[in-house]
Amino acid sequence: MMQMSNKTELVRASLAKRYAREKRFRFWGLASIVLSLTFLAILLTTIFMQGWPAFTQTYMKLDVNLSAEALGVDAHAPQDKLRAASYDTVVLNALTTRFPGITERKQKMALKKLVSSSAAYDLQKMVMANPKLIGTQQTVWVMADDDIDTYFKGNIDRTQPEADRRIKDFQLVWLDDLEAKNEIERRFNLPFFTSGDSREPEQAGILSALMGSFYTMLVTMTLAFPIGVAAAIYLEEFAPKNNTLVDFIEVNINNLAAVPSIVFGLLGLAVFIQFFGVPRSTPLVGGLVLTLITLPTIIIASRAALKSVPPSIRQAAYGMGASRVQTVFHHTLPLAMPGILTGTIIGMAHALGETAPLLMIGMVAFIVDIPQGITDPAAILPVQIYLWSDSPERAFTEKTSAAIIVLLFFLVMMNLLAVLLRKRFERRW
Amino acid sequence: MNTSIILLLLLVLAAFSYFFGRKRALAVSNGNRGVNKLHSLPGYYGHLVVVWCLLPSLIALMLWSFFSPTFISQNVISSLPTEIQSTDTTNVNLFMNRVESMAKAGVIDETAEPAQQEAARRYIELQHNSNIIKAVLVFALAGLGIFWAFRKIAPNFRARNQVEKVIVGLMILCASIAIVTTLGIVLSVLFESLRFFQAVPITEFLFGTHWSPQTAIRNDQVGGSGSFGAIPLFAGTLLISVIALAIAVPVGLMSAIYLSEYASKRVRAWVKPALEVLAGIPTVVYGFFAALTVAPFIRTLGESIGLTVASESALAAGLVMGVMIIPFMSSLSDDVINAVPQAMRDGSYGMGATRSETIKQVILPAALPGIVGAFLLAASRAIGETMIVVMAAGLSANLTANPLEAVTTVTVQIVTLLTGDQEFDSPKTLAAFALGLTLFVLTLILNILALRIVRKYREQYE
Amino acid sequence: MNTLALTNNTMTLPTSKDPSAANSKDQAVDIQAIVEELKHATQPVGVPFLDDPKFYTRDVDVFYNQAKQAIFGVDLDIGKNEVIAMIGPSGCGKSTFLRCLNRMNDTIDGCKVTGQLLLDGEDIYAKEQDPVLLRARVGMVFQKPNPFPKSIYDNVAYGPRIHGLTANRSELDDIVEDSLKKAGLFNEVKDRLQAPGTGLSGGQQQRLCIARAIAVSPEVILMDEPTSALDPIATATIEELIDELRQSFTICIVTHSMQQAARISQRTAYFHLGYLVEVNKTNTVFTNPQHRLTENYITGRFG
Repeated sequence: MMQMSNKTELVRASLAKRYAREKRFRFWGLASIVLSLTFLAILLTTIFMQGWPAFTQTYMKLDVNLSAEALGVDAHAPQDKLRAASYDTVVLNALTTRFPGITERKQKMALKKLVSSSAAYDLQKMVMANPKLIGTQQTVWVMADDDIDTYFKGNIDRTQPEADRRIKDFQLVWLDDLEAKNEIERRFNLPFFTSGDSREPEQAGILSALMGSFYTMLVTMTLAFPIGVAAAIYLEEFAPKNNTLVDFIEVNINNLAAVPSIVFGLLGLAVFIQFFGVPRSTPLVGGLVLTLITLPTIIIASRAALKSVPPSIRQAAYGMGASRVQTVFHHTLPLAMPGILTGTIIGMAHALGETAPLLMIGMVAFIVDIPQGITDPAAILPVQIYLWSDSPERAFTEKTSAAIIVLLFFLVMMNLLAVLLRKRFERRW
Repeated sequence: MNTSIILLLLLVLAAFSYFFGRKRALAVSNGNRGVNKLHSLPGYYGHLVVVWCLLPSLIALMLWSFFSPTFISQNVISSLPTEIQSTDTTNVNLFMNRVESMAKAGVIDETAEPAQQEAARRYIELQHNSNIIKAVLVFALAGLGIFWAFRKIAPNFRARNQVEKVIVGLMILCASIAIVTTLGIVLSVLFESLRFFQAVPITEFLFGTHWSPQTAIRNDQVGGSGSFGAIPLFAGTLLISVIALAIAVPVGLMSAIYLSEYASKRVRAWVKPALEVLAGIPTVVYGFFAALTVAPFIRTLGESIGLTVASESALAAGLVMGVMIIPFMSSLSDDVINAVPQAMRDGSYGMGATRSETIKQVILPAALPGIVGAFLLAASRAIGETMIVVMAAGLSANLTANPLEAVTTVTVQIVTLLTGDQEFDSPKTLAAFALGLTLFVLTLILNILALRIVRKYREQYE
Repeated sequence: MNTLALTNNTMTLPTSKDPSAANSKDQAVDIQAIVEELKHATQPVGVPFLDDPKFYTRDVDVFYNQAKQAIFGVDLDIGKNEVIAMIGPSGCGKSTFLRCLNRMNDTIDGCKVTGQLLLDGEDIYAKEQDPVLLRARVGMVFQKPNPFPKSIYDNVAYGPRIHGLTANRSELDDIVEDSLKKAGLFNEVKDRLQAPGTGLSGGQQQRLCIARAIAVSPEVILMDEPTSALDPIATATIEELIDELRQSFTICIVTHSMQQAARISQRTAYFHLGYLVEVNKTNTVFTNPQHRLTENYITGRFG
């Protein structure tokens, strides 16, 4: 046997080195966490910094002369005449009055493109609501074009050489003049929330995508929740143990939870669309595919919730002469409900952010109209993000980030709801 | 009468039949001195009537709605003039498409060919008849069901057992959807793939090194036949996955170790949800971030030290994918590490080991199978990830191991081959299914292997 | 010395050791009153103090999460090369006290130890005291055999390796062989040193754990109910082993079994509800207990 003191010395001698190693190891652990969180912080700040300006929009003051000759109709014209009146001319007239003496073709084009094409629609709406306006002089605020908007948000560097800029020198003169006379204003971008997609960045909104997501989630929820819970109840409470079929079902569920979501998209394309003839691009087929994707999550979460209800509760019910079905529906299921709902909400949150499988079933179409039901063609929010991110305009980058912020907002809300449910109803047995 | 109205009426009928059933049960029992004589609670008799009302009629409704369009169009086709019937199938299909769209709109286009107008009229008429028959059939079945259940109601009739049997049956049906889904995936992907392999030999697909799926629309076009050698795709997928795993596995594992072995309760309470946030961010957001921020950053960084970096470099996509997988890896490893019994740690600390010695020499070896399982699941995640690579990786197949170049992956190709308007039968779209099959088989193997390992591992410490 | 009054109380001492007498109803123990007494006692009954002890502990309190106190003012000396048994009903703090002696409680969140604990005159809880070094001197064997998921050889070599005790492989081989021999396991496993330690039987695993502990040649071995998970035959082997190990080590053993304490220890300490009630020569404790709680316990009235 070694000498006592000798051993103590040996151990003591190694201590400094061992503690250095300990410190190093600990540092790497901490560094990993810091790395992940830093990335998260960078990602969120980048998205917010880019997306925040999209919630405001540059508006321009325009003095329009709604004369009957410019519009080509008078106040007594029927609605369809009023609709077809040439509001474009009125807008152009207003612009040329504001900046007189422009003759060069290129500059004229640029002048016309100072305001968004939605200006004419705004006037049309105004006049159709009140035809008496014809023949009067009106001051209106209209949306500026996306390039102008980008400029006023500080995203075009005027020190760059003119050729590299989207806004040329002569335009800068106009814009400076407009700004000096307070004819430019940044307002809350309401159209972003009330209109559908558009080729013109300043007019593009997320309402159609939001409604598409809403209907898709509606389909997913109504199918996945009852089916998932029923499957979980069967597997947890009724299924015979050591049964090959039941084991096979379980292996399938666990495996499906890890199958790439794009494969479900292929399934949706081949089975739902090709075989069953469900219409493409609709919330119905999207909801069906997402149901299959979320089902494993819901089943696994529900089973865990059911499992956590102690067997004593079941035995108490059996002891009172309740049948198995009664025991489940009167006792076990209500007690497991908070856990089941939490799992379902988290599953739905995942489904809300799912993109790839929906590309397969044609939900990438350019949808302007706001879907009215589950069989109208629709885009959904993540797909809208994907589509916008592909557009080259700077203004669309901004919109993409803004749409991401909206998506993240919904996800945060859903997760908060899940956390609240868990906190409020969680029971420790 | 269309399907949704029939459904609505059926539900109303079901609601009524519940009350009738209940009333009937009470009436029957009254003669026998009260409810106590009934085998089941009166409500169960009501439910039983509902079951008999809905089950047969709904099945009939489903079958009829599914098969009637085929029958109708077969009927219309057979009534077509022979000169149209005798042309090839694509022609007939085209013809029928127009007929069906007219019938759907309900308006007959006067400018269409007379034969088409005629067929559309016939189609509408048949559809109308079919709907009437459907409604009559469904309601007759519902009525018969109610009548049948009504007659069976008697005090000693075991309504509860019957209703419960139906409920359990429905639950079994729901549970089997998992099998049906797997089967659906396998069949849909397999059938299309088999058709693809008839056009392109499987060996060429698996071992060919040239991928350019652009097939010519006309035969005289240049680059007429596409080539479908998927090796560059596999290599690209592998390259990006390796980069992703090289980040996710060490960082995720070390995070899990730090959280479960070092961090105080308070740190854990804050950091764990933060990592979950990372896991909850949709992949399309990661993709956007990768394409817009990370890729240009890497490009500038690379160029500042004199490297040529593609703007859609594999490195950028892999990097961001790695970050996406970190929380997945860390939560799986966390579970695995927590499953190592405390006694193991005590034994090591009792010997005078430091924390890191305990972790490296006792906990990690003990948790190794679980960690391998987590790694396999993470790998399956990386291989199947789509949006990040669609948005941040390239489109052209490029056989390279250089992470600074652009590569394409299996999932990117599936998306590009199947988005946009495609003819469903071209080898180009079928190739997507062959890729899907490869992807499914690969991830299936990884998943089953991983789940098995993890399960064995858990049993060891339970 | 004995500050506990033995006369005023609500219970009567059993006059005979007949356990059936202990069950009669009129002998209810008023625990509340006794705890009051224990609180005011300055030291345990019996002979808690020794000259030149290995461990010297005075006024030791242990708290879990501040609110919950597990040990109240324990004063105890543990002598060199003795086997001291700690007995008492479950939850009495005997294991907690044992874990104070090599600072195993450090690994539990929110556990706080106050009071004086000296090993060979050195403060165990002093700032400059290193828990790693301390645990190399005070080894531990646990309730459930917990061999690492490694080979038998690596299990025993674990301690010498992490502490850097050996210069080369043959020295390590010697230590492993020596330790396995001391633990009485060598002959059973000498042909399969590379087999996993988890493949051994429960009793063999526990002896492997003992071999692992003695491989770093500690001065003290703490044993926390080392035989409670074992069958009687394996228990007997371990008890014999403990008796042999007494030659080279100080051994503190926590045990549930009074018979085991009586068989293997020289001194016995009786704990109750976090208080150290009585310490004495094992013989004295079992034949002539001085405190009525000890008496009640060893006569089987509670435990």
